[in-house]
Amino acid sequence: MDVMNNKILDRLKTKFADIISDATEFRGELTVVLPKERIVEVCRFLKEDDELRFNLLADLCGIDMYTPTRRFGIIYNLYSFTNKFRVRLKTFTEADHPKVPTVTGIWGTANWHERETFDMFGIIFEGHPDLRRMYMPDEFEYYPLRKDFPLMGIRGSLELPKK
Amino acid sequence: MMETKPEQSSRKSRILEALENEHVSISFDDPLENEMVLNMGPQHPSTHGVLRLLIKLDGETVLASVPELGYLHRGYEKLAENCSFHEFIPHTDRLDYLSPLSNNTAYVLAVEKLIGIEAPPRAQYIRTLISELARISSHLMFFGSVAMDIGALTVWMWSFREREKLYDLFERIAGARFTTSYTRIGGVAQDIAPETLWSIRNFIDELPGKVRECENLLNTNRIFLERVDGIGIITKERALDLGLTGPSLRACGIEHDLRRANPYLIYKDLDFAVPTYEGGDCLARYYVRMAEIQESIKIVRQVLEKIPAGEVKAGQPKQVLPKKERVYKKMEELIHDFMLINFGVNPPVGEIYHAVEAPKGELGFYIYSNGEGQPWRLKIRSPSFVNLQSISTMMKGAMISDVVAIIASLDPIMGEADK
Repeated sequence: MDVMNNKILDRLKTKFADIISDATEFRGELTVVLPKERIVEVCRFLKEDDELRFNLLADLCGIDMYTPTRRFGIIYNLYSFTNKFRVRLKTFTEADHPKVPTVTGIWGTANWHERETFDMFGIIFEGHPDLRRMYMPDEFEYYPLRKDFPLMGIRGSLELPKK
Repeated sequence: MMETKPEQSSRKSRILEALENEHVSISFDDPLENEMVLNMGPQHPSTHGVLRLLIKLDGETVLASVPELGYLHRGYEKLAENCSFHEFIPHTDRLDYLSPLSNNTAYVLAVEKLIGIEAPPRAQYIRTLISELARISSHLMFFGSVAMDIGALTVWMWSFREREKLYDLFERIAGARFTTSYTRIGGVAQDIAPETLWSIRNFIDELPGKVRECENLLNTNRIFLERVDGIGIITKERALDLGLTGPSLRACGIEHDLRRANPYLIYKDLDFAVPTYEGGDCLARYYVRMAEIQESIKIVRQVLEKIPAGEVKAGQPKQVLPKKERVYKKMEELIHDFMLINFGVNPPVGEIYHAVEAPKGELGFYIYSNGEGQPWRLKIRSPSFVNLQSISTMMKGAMISDVVAIIASLDPIMGEADK
């Protein structure tokens, strides 16, 4: 395992020994899976830790695994300006009423990323200051990036302009 | 100032209601007592595409603004899940349509990282070359449009004249001016002819003089300077918090460039500076990009000097498309071509995030593969989308005439902001 990845994992394990069980490395990138209840706490630690300093949330996105349990995933790609290094956090939520706590309190940039994830997957970010649709019209009822949404769209789901 | 009384807030919602519903009409006893909500865009020449802004005004001062996105949303992430990895390359042209070559490169680098292959040296040099040419073309467009939005039409003409020459070069490199789709997984579509390299050198030799001509029109122009100096300021801390990247971040005095921080392609062998400016205003953002044009010229010169001979596609027949002329004559190549086109490259199960320094900032691709020919999930982290988020911070307290300058200085491209 990469030296820096080891260091991040060690720091996380000393602080959150009880929840770090699933960590993988692929192509030199570390992915740590966390329970959603603790995600905010871990994010804050990664941002404020003096050695790690993951001060940029490069990207936040959702993923639909289309499995009966732990269907929706939320992926946090973090970047540290100090170490010039990346880490990826991942958390899962169930298919009915998917909910995760927001990280807008830690990185302001999460605001739009979370709105986009809500728009595309219908994942509710609890505590988000302005959870509206990002791209689709407000009256749109579906979540287009879910795997059960057809590629061709749904007939009649978008009202066309009247003459 | 931000606290509103109940009757004021109900009055405000009335204004919004009137904006949305044609049957609601409003009248005020004293118009000067009221704040006004101005709807700018999506069809507005200085919103650079289809950005819509709702601006709350007190006289000429912007109190608050809300950007609305989605007017160019084409669902590329959904499409990607139903395309093979090769098929998605043309779609990347349409993200940041002012620097398609740079997007092509960014995408194939991400896929190559996922598959675990590397392009041969000549292809790496060519990709660096085209990325930098794309950066020059994007920044030429930037200073042309920033000047035009402020009223200096000549600069726009002159910068477009240079950009036109560059697009002629792109046509000779890739066969198309705008929708290049030039890179392939494991290399580039075809080699660049020696004559084209020679033309690029000629263009690069002439360019600094032409850019200087434009700079002479702007850098000491009092009208231009007063429109951008100290306008749209964003602090270092706020810029970091909002995830600003690229030239706009470097204009806040933060020296962060992925080409230097996490070198990809051949950037670690090249000598170039990362220009930064303090200030975080429109003028600093303009200066950073002008300095970056000079650095890109330096990089292109070095690439042209060092470019090695050799293959432009990796010799990995299971992942890299073979040459067309060989497909027609050789059995093996025909089989590989058939398998790649019909079933795609089947990368191992896994997930990667790879980002490059695009002209606008960090362009990243997150790909989750479950071992099939199509990505299970492909997320585009586009710089314009994230950078646009900071526009409300920059506009607060500005005058209405500064709005166009601020939008132009951020250089957003709605193609990639809306995906």
